[in-house]
Amino acid sequence: MLGQIAYALPFLAQGFAVTLWVSLLVVVLSLVAGVMMGVGLVYGPAPLRWAVRIFSDTIRGIPILVLIFFVYYGLPAVGIHLESFWAAVLALTLFKTAQVIEYLRGAVGSIPKGQSEAAMAIGLTFRQRLAYVIFPQAFRRFLPPWINGVTDAVKGSALVSLLGITDLMHAINQVIGRTYEAMPLYILGAVIYFVVNYALSLASRRLERRFSFIRE
Amino acid sequence: MSISPPANPALLDISDVSKSFGSVEVLRAVSLQVTRGEVVTVIGPSGSGKTTLLRCVNFLESYDSGSIRIDGKEVGFREMGTHQRRSERDLAKMRAETGMVFQSFNLFPHLTAAGNIMLGLRKVRGKSSTEARAIAEHWLGRVGLAHKADSLPAELSGGQQQRVGIARAVAMEPKILLLDEITSALDPELVGEVLEVVRSLAEDGMTMVMVTHEMAFARDASSRIVFMADGGVSAAGPPAEILGTEIDNERLRSFLARFRASHF
Amino acid sequence: MGYTLNFNLIWRHFDKLWGGLLLSLELAVISIAIGILIGLLLAVWYVSAGRAVRTVIAAYVEFIRNVPLILLVYLVFYGLPTVVDIAYSAQTSFIATLSLYSGAYLVEVFRSGLEAVPRGQLDAGKAIGLTPWQRLVHVRLPTMLRITLPALSNTFLSLFKDTSVASVISVPELTYGAQWINFNTFRIVEVYLVVTAMYLLTGYALLYALRLVERRFRAAH
Repeated sequence: MLGQIAYALPFLAQGFAVTLWVSLLVVVLSLVAGVMMGVGLVYGPAPLRWAVRIFSDTIRGIPILVLIFFVYYGLPAVGIHLESFWAAVLALTLFKTAQVIEYLRGAVGSIPKGQSEAAMAIGLTFRQRLAYVIFPQAFRRFLPPWINGVTDAVKGSALVSLLGITDLMHAINQVIGRTYEAMPLYILGAVIYFVVNYALSLASRRLERRFSFIRE
Repeated sequence: MSISPPANPALLDISDVSKSFGSVEVLRAVSLQVTRGEVVTVIGPSGSGKTTLLRCVNFLESYDSGSIRIDGKEVGFREMGTHQRRSERDLAKMRAETGMVFQSFNLFPHLTAAGNIMLGLRKVRGKSSTEARAIAEHWLGRVGLAHKADSLPAELSGGQQQRVGIARAVAMEPKILLLDEITSALDPELVGEVLEVVRSLAEDGMTMVMVTHEMAFARDASSRIVFMADGGVSAAGPPAEILGTEIDNERLRSFLARFRASHF
Repeated sequence: MGYTLNFNLIWRHFDKLWGGLLLSLELAVISIAIGILIGLLLAVWYVSAGRAVRTVIAAYVEFIRNVPLILLVYLVFYGLPTVVDIAYSAQTSFIATLSLYSGAYLVEVFRSGLEAVPRGQLDAGKAIGLTPWQRLVHVRLPTMLRITLPALSNTFLSLFKDTSVASVISVPELTYGAQWINFNTFRIVEVYLVVTAMYLLTGYALLYALRLVERRFRAAH
């Protein structure tokens, strides 16, 4: 039994690399999209605010799995052909973007209005206010939940196995299909996911504690 | 006969400014001229529109009609009458012409005392870091906080924070300084040190408009006192006249009477 | 793109979606009920227990929170029967998984709720001579429930969405119904539009109802 699993390790490692790659792409892309849309939600004109609100509430209101199937099967039907890998990344990015929007809104919203006003009063432009006054302060509130939320990307990435992408989850199922060692392999998989995500949540908690010492 | 320009043109010219929040009219055709070097104190009951007026001067609040000019330039709008807002960049430039000190200090908590002062100098005035630092240290010295340059706001007392707030505003060399109830959030024993700084700025000839409840200070330091009630200027004149006993203004008299009753 | 929407086939098979939605709700309700039991028991035990017990409970919570749900679903349905000699349906297996899953999240919710009960209330309970058990039942738990109600609602809504993972072991809930129609009619865009609408309408209707209950509850206390 152990021999068979050892034999499968390189294959599982490849799957794990795909899991990390999907997660990394999703985390980076959603950070960019989410911060921009989040700024639109907080500071944008009314139509933009509504659009972002509807986007976020819709995405957060449906299961990730439905989002993944919708993008994967739906896009080709309307003539857009994406490799399954990129369809999966797109779907997970949409899901994470909605999260990032809410983290950003929470972080920026927690900064007193007087900060913007004081920055206006010394003549800073909108971008300068964001860059030098709002974001440096919002960062401390944004970072801990955001890092913790990276675990959602890692966990969510296991769903891409359903599209035939050989991530860690899919690799495990394939090895089980050949070896019938279901329990040891699922436990091994769980341990790998656990180690990655637990490290992330520990980092998030440590940051939170560190930032809490900085008084307002 | 030739028409000569007035000897002392108004630095700040507020004329007929009105503003409503929804159905509540907070400013009703307010007019007020402030000349260079003047210290004008605005008093009045809460809800009389004093703070709103101050916030209109640097366009933290927009106004519905009328005009506010600093040195002849309309503050928030490109052209009078059209009510076309200035661009973000333009507005920022206009705001840099006025300094504002807030009731709740509003220091940037992530920057040191010197950092608070340097931010505008560097990003708005385009000064180098060394130059900005020197100016910041100069002004921190003026407000008696040279030794606190590298302290974060959280490490300063309320009075010290407000003195940094003043230094941050004046370091930008504004044409006019707006002070919005700057001692209201302070413990009584810290009020004096802040007012002392304001007094020394007045002696230097800084043009100031302040909203305050410190009547004794208003009497000593201002060249003129404006009494606002119900969104309009109800009385204006030299301190001795406005705070004196001969004034023929029922509203002002009852305001002062109530004020004295609660403060002495 | 020239894709024309045609919902006829969706309506013809709508019973698959409607039945699926009801099953999704059923799975979520049963799982949160069991999850609340697990969460309450472990949270009460946690706050009064010694270090060893705390470590074990914390390990359970952290393990579940940091592993993908789909893996837990596979593990219980395909993995567990290979080592223990019990047989169960996919549906039972999923309910067990989702209960353990929600239980882990709720332990954390209830634990912080219990710790948020003001000391003064407990002292007042002591002062009028309540036993520890009475203090727990009559003082601590009611206050804790009021504090945790919003988090409880949110957990339930999450679980409702998480039931979609049951489709991977062929439990015929809403997402499974969507896939069935997807593969059998190829009206792909239509079916996911309808299913998205069903998840959204149900989810936000539940949210609205739960907020009403919360307000009632707060007014009543």
